[in-house]
Amino acid sequence: MDEFDRRIINTLQGGLPLCEQPFASLARELGTDEQQIVARISKLLDDNVLTRFGPLYDAERLGGALTLCALSAPPEEFEEIAGKVNAHPETAHNYEREHALNMWFVLATESRGRIDEVVTEIESETGCRVFQFPKQEEFFVGLKLDA
Amino acid sequence: MANMTHTMTGAIIEAMQGGLPLTSRPFVQIAERVGTDEQTVIETVRELRTAGTIKRFGVVVRHHELGYRANGMLVMDLPDESVETIAERLAEDPAVTLCYRRPRRPPAWPYNLFCMIHGRDRVGVQRKVDALLIANDLQDRESCVLFSRKRFKQRGAIYVSSDTAAEANIDG
Repeated sequence: MDEFDRRIINTLQGGLPLCEQPFASLARELGTDEQQIVARISKLLDDNVLTRFGPLYDAERLGGALTLCALSAPPEEFEEIAGKVNAHPETAHNYEREHALNMWFVLATESRGRIDEVVTEIESETGCRVFQFPKQEEFFVGLKLDA
Repeated sequence: MANMTHTMTGAIIEAMQGGLPLTSRPFVQIAERVGTDEQTVIETVRELRTAGTIKRFGVVVRHHELGYRANGMLVMDLPDESVETIAERLAEDPAVTLCYRRPRRPPAWPYNLFCMIHGRDRVGVQRKVDALLIANDLQDRESCVLFSRKRFKQRGAIYVSSDTAAEANIDG
């Protein structure tokens, strides 16, 4: 990834122009041509720097649900419990963090009720109590990752 | 939102959930897939964006691959009556990449505000947290930084069913 890739990412983070030829419009903004832009974005996707290119939907507005969850896994069983949590297709991501609550994961489901079902399944599979931290309010942070 | 895929809007949502085609006229391809025209797709996307169903249109960046190797979840116990005002101020700080109010779970968890801080390394994250707390006069509040040790999984959640197609960018 070079300086030009970083410029493309930073520009894309501000959003793609909504027009017939969005890549041509982006290219004009960055002083290059459409083929260059498309080739660079393809490469960034291939290299896994970008996971995805397109619309980011608000799951809740589409009827789905997202919840941040945490549990305390005994250190010696951590990997095993992580395996059980991650085996659920509803688990979107999972981080080990330094705290008594040392496993933090996000569940994404098609409905609110399904979250509680998955939590109950995880609790019975792991023997760990799962705490749910659903978002109550989101504060807009803007797009400021300086790629 | 039931039966959404039976509507044109639902079909367009579903057609774009895997991402936008990297071609000169991407909305033409989407239009062909769902049986409409380019302008309808562009207009629908614009409406979805205005309504907030599309949070944004662009890229999902992998922080890790960009060199942001560390992240810390800064959590604070703030009074219910002032948490919003403080959160709005914190969200404006360049160090904060996500900011959510979430429920406390006493006694295990006394915190009600969650801020995500990304940095090149752990020391960098801690430095940003310290500066943030001082700048906002929050050093005396009960707070904690949960550093990430290992990331097991990161994906945009994709879930499709006969009547719902949704994709969400998830972090934090």
